[in-house]
This record gives sequence, structure tokens and C-alpha cells, in this order.
Amino acid sequence: MAASPRSLSSRLLLTGRAGGCMWYLERRAVQAPPRKFMRLFRNASKEWITFQHFRFLKRLYVTQLHSSLNQQVKPKPEAVVSPFLENTSSVEAKAEMEAMRAHSPPGLTLPLKPRGEELVEVACASVVESPIDVGETTKEEKQWTEMKLRMDDLPGALARLSKIKLTALVVSTTAAGFALAPVPFHWPCFLLTSLGTGLASCAANSINQFFEVPFDSNMNRTKNRPLVRGQISPLLAVSFATCCAVPGVALLTWGVNPLTGALGVFNIFLYTCCYTPLKRISIANTWVGAVVGAIPPVMGWTAATGSLDVGALLLGGILYSWQFPHFNALSWGLREDYSRGGYCMMSVTHPGLCRRVALRHCLALIALSAAAPALDVTSWAFPAISLPINLYISYLAFRFYKDADRKSSRKLFFCSLWHLPLLLLLLLTCKRRRAGSPEAEAEAGPAS
Amino acid sequence: MAALRPGGRALRPPLCRAVADCGRRLGPERGAERGDAASSGVCSPGFCPPRKSCHDWIGPPDKYSNLRPVHFYVPENESPVEQKLRELRQETQEWNQQFWANQNLTFSKEKEEFIRSRLKTKGPGLKTDAGQKAALTADEMADFYKEFLRKNFRKHMYYNRDWYRRNFTITYFMGKVALERLWNKLAQKQAKRSG
Repeated sequence: MAASPRSLSSRLLLTGRAGGCMWYLERRAVQAPPRKFMRLFRNASKEWITFQHFRFLKRLYVTQLHSSLNQQVKPKPEAVVSPFLENTSSVEAKAEMEAMRAHSPPGLTLPLKPRGEELVEVACASVVESPIDVGETTKEEKQWTEMKLRMDDLPGALARLSKIKLTALVVSTTAAGFALAPVPFHWPCFLLTSLGTGLASCAANSINQFFEVPFDSNMNRTKNRPLVRGQISPLLAVSFATCCAVPGVALLTWGVNPLTGALGVFNIFLYTCCYTPLKRISIANTWVGAVVGAIPPVMGWTAATGSLDVGALLLGGILYSWQFPHFNALSWGLREDYSRGGYCMMSVTHPGLCRRVALRHCLALIALSAAAPALDVTSWAFPAISLPINLYISYLAFRFYKDADRKSSRKLFFCSLWHLPLLLLLLLTCKRRRAGSPEAEAEAGPAS
Repeated sequence: MAALRPGGRALRPPLCRAVADCGRRLGPERGAERGDAASSGVCSPGFCPPRKSCHDWIGPPDKYSNLRPVHFYVPENESPVEQKLRELRQETQEWNQQFWANQNLTFSKEKEEFIRSRLKTKGPGLKTDAGQKAALTADEMADFYKEFLRKNFRKHMYYNRDWYRRNFTITYFMGKVALERLWNKLAQKQAKRSG
């Protein structure tokens, strides 16, 4: 299973650290005896497929193979055994998602309350950290890296700083809001809105990471972020955030309309100055974060129409409600890390409330979906078509409420990952056609 | 405060060269206060930067605090602002190290105690050791997590406030240093052109 340089590099490019994990697996496989090799290969393929599947859904997950891969609290043993091979034999895969609350709710991926999750490569990190057969001192010396800004690494580091993939998902919720607005689709406006929102999201994410360096160091999800690893300095992070925020907001204000610009500024403020510090003060952060997540589609709508009407609020409401089953379910498995790190999350302090709120908002999604045609956003087909998936997620939320265990929380979480994009897609397909619009005329056909 | 490192690391790199090409000067390091024998005043315990390097070096995560230690480069012609920045970063690093190492160790200790006491009440015959951890359910552990968070809430509030303050100050001084260096570079270019 010798990897050719091209496939190796393409994997590394495509999948980042997961690709690196793959590479390591392949390397080990070459060295391992045949039986081990087959086991490695099978496990690698499984993991690869899972990752590809997730990528298809445009979500970032890095599968973490065993729940025991928590941030180590006790000192690690001197002789480092790579946990990766141990994990390949374990059954459970835990997906981590990039948290993004910067500009909107975790959007499609997983804006999680632990906001700031990033690609988790726990196994890979330990691979990187321990060369196999070197003396202890030299091994440690090799792990020291020079804090020199390398131009080659800079784009990658800035992409990770701005949580670029999560930002992309936020931009897609904004795009959905724009497309759902009952006005003719205007391409230049759409592009400006997307770009402006993307820049604002990058800025907010960067500031979030700037604030949270020591906390990120202590959580597995986030310990490989550029500021934590010293790839860039705090000054550079703040400068980058400013360089994104200023043009982003300017673009939204003068290129689109002042209302969208104001919402953009408000969302950046809400995320960086309210949500981020509040995470460590009160469980109210979850509700604030849900608002952060709800604003981008509203921005998309206001960009298209120029006004904040009921349809925008409905769309925001749908995104708002979606946040809760998504985040609460994910946070259920992270209680230890939150407790140790000092994060005030419902799953730790008010576990009953955590599950109730998740269920409540799943039911709210059904109600909001029914309200969509009433508010003239979609046709009556929408509540009918969306009922099955809304009922399903509500069922899983109910199971989570009753069982309150890891299994039900994971099921709910994974369901939320495909539920939102599907719901948005259904919204778009059932969009109410206005008389005189190109779509309405096309539907009317030659008869008119 | 110096990093909490376990004893037994008998091997240390030899004394580092005091004068490097970049004009590195002896600077106080973490280990010195603790009387770490290996500290020559230039190296962090277990690490020596290469002679030619003019940059800071960042190490692997500390096993107690999970924070990455930084070995600060001390240039010979360090300005007062640069010195202030370096000292502030050094001090913040030590402060952070102490807080998180303490926090993580306390968490670990209290978790073990909690598990032990719960298992005792559950079954007096059970012997408790690290392997018994799995015997407590997530719900039971949730009680511990909630209590731990509540107990440490005030501590975290003070830490958060101090951390934000330090972070802003460090970034502010980084900005000052960057501007100062830019200014010096421009002044040098000006002098070259006119000279």
C-alpha cells in the first residue's frame, strides 16, 4: 500500500490532517506484517469513506475513533504509544465538528457552542508529536519549532484561524436567505453579500480564537489551532481580523445596503464580545449563540429585499431553533472538558434543561415550518414535505430527553447535520413563486 | 513560576553557548528560579535553541497544563519596549502555566476521589483503582462535573478577567514593538539615502 507522492500529497491537501492520518496509516501498513496490514487497510478505508461522506455533505468532521481521546488531564506517560492504532480497533467513532458561531449559527456544519471547535486530529497530533525510536531528550527537542512566520504556511494558518470551512457554511446559509427572498435574483448583489458575510465571519472567528488561546489548548477539539501552536502571533490575528472586518462591513454597508451592514457589525459584536466571554460566565451563552447563528440568513434576506420582514425573521427563527438540538446534543459528550475548562454549558450545569430545550426547539421547527406558507414564504407543500424530517429529529430529541445517554445524543447530533441542509433545500424548492417572476411564467407555460 | 516538571530527567543538554550569531544575550529563564541545575540562563529545561536562530521557539504542550511553552529570544540591542513585552509574555506564560497545571491536577485528583468514594458507597467489596473508572455511569460523573464547575466558578472569573487584560496588553505592546521596528527601519533607509 505504498502511496505514490501525488496521491499522498493530494490526500494531504484534501483532507489536511485526516489525510496525514491516512498517510501515517499507509506508512505503518507498509512496515506492518500482512495481517496487521489488512486490518489497518480496512480501518483506513472505513475512516476514509466516513470522511468522504461527510465532505460530501460539506461538513467538517474528523472522526475520532475512541471517546477516550479526551484531553489528557493526568500527565502523559513518558513512553508514548500512538493511540491511533489502539483506536483503529475500537468500535465507536466520534465526530468532531468545527464550531462556528462567528456569524451565524453553526450553519450547516456544526457551530457548536464550544464555539471554536476545529478539525480534531487528536490521533494525528500524537503521531506528529512522537517520532518512534529517538532518545527522550532529542525527541523533545525535535518538538520545538521556531516561531518564524513562514509565507508558505501563512494561507493555511489564516484559513484555520478564520475557520474558513465553517465560514463557507455560514455563507451558504446567507445565500439560502438571499435566494428565498421574494425578489428577482440579482447576481452582483448576491456575490457582494456572500463576500461581505464571509469576510465578517472570518473576522469574528479570528477574534474568537484570539480570546480563547489557553482554553483551546486544553480541549482536544481546538488544541491545534494556529494561535495555540504559535504559528501566528496574537498581533497578526487581530490585524487579520481587522483587515477582514473593515472591508467586509464596508462591502455590506455600501455595496449592498446599510441594514445588512448593520446586521453584520452587530453579529460580529454579538459573537466576539457577548458570546465568547459569556461561555465562561453563564449558560445564557447558548441562546446568544443561537441568535448569532440565526442572523446570517436574515442578512441574506435583507440584502435581497432591503428590509427586515417577516420572512427574514421566520428564516432566522428556523436557524435559531435548529441550533439547540445540534449544540445540546454535541455538548452532552463534552461535559468533562467543559467542566475542567470552566465553560458554563447547560449540559454540565442543567442537564435536564439541556435536553428539554433541545426537544422544545425540535417541536418549534415543526411549527415554524407550518408558518412558512402562512407567511407567504413557501407553498403549502413545504410543511407537508418537511414533516417527516422534522418529526424524525423531534423523535430523536425525545429519545435524547428520555434516555439522556451518549448514544441518543450522538444520534440527535448526526441527524442535525443533515437535517438543516435538507430543510434549506426543501425551503428553496417550495419557495413561493410570485406572479410575473420568471419561475411563475415558466410554470404557467405556453397556456398563458 | 517554573513549569511543574516531574523529577528524574537526569539528562540535560550541555550548557548552551552564551553568545550566538544573533547576539543573543543571557536572559532569565523559568528554570533558574527553581534552581534547575541544567538551566544556564539561556535554555529552557530540556531545550536549547540553535545558535543561529533569531526567533522565539515554541515547544510541545506541557503534560500538566497542556500549554505550549515559549522560549523567548533576547536580542542584544533589545529596546525597553521590547524588553517590557518579553517580560510580560514570560510572566503571563508562567502565570498561565501555574493556573492550568494546578487546575488540571486538581480536576484529576478530585475526579479520582469522587469515583473512589462513589464506588465505595455502591459496593464496599470493590477495590478501586484507575481501571474502575468505567464503573461509574455518565450520569453519576455528571454530578461531579457540575460540582467541580460550580466550585471553581469564582476562580475562573478572576482568571478570565486577568487573562483578557494580559492578552490585550501583550497585543498592544506587540503593536508598539512592530511600529518601533518599522520606524527604525525607515529611519535607517532614510539615513542610507541621505548618507
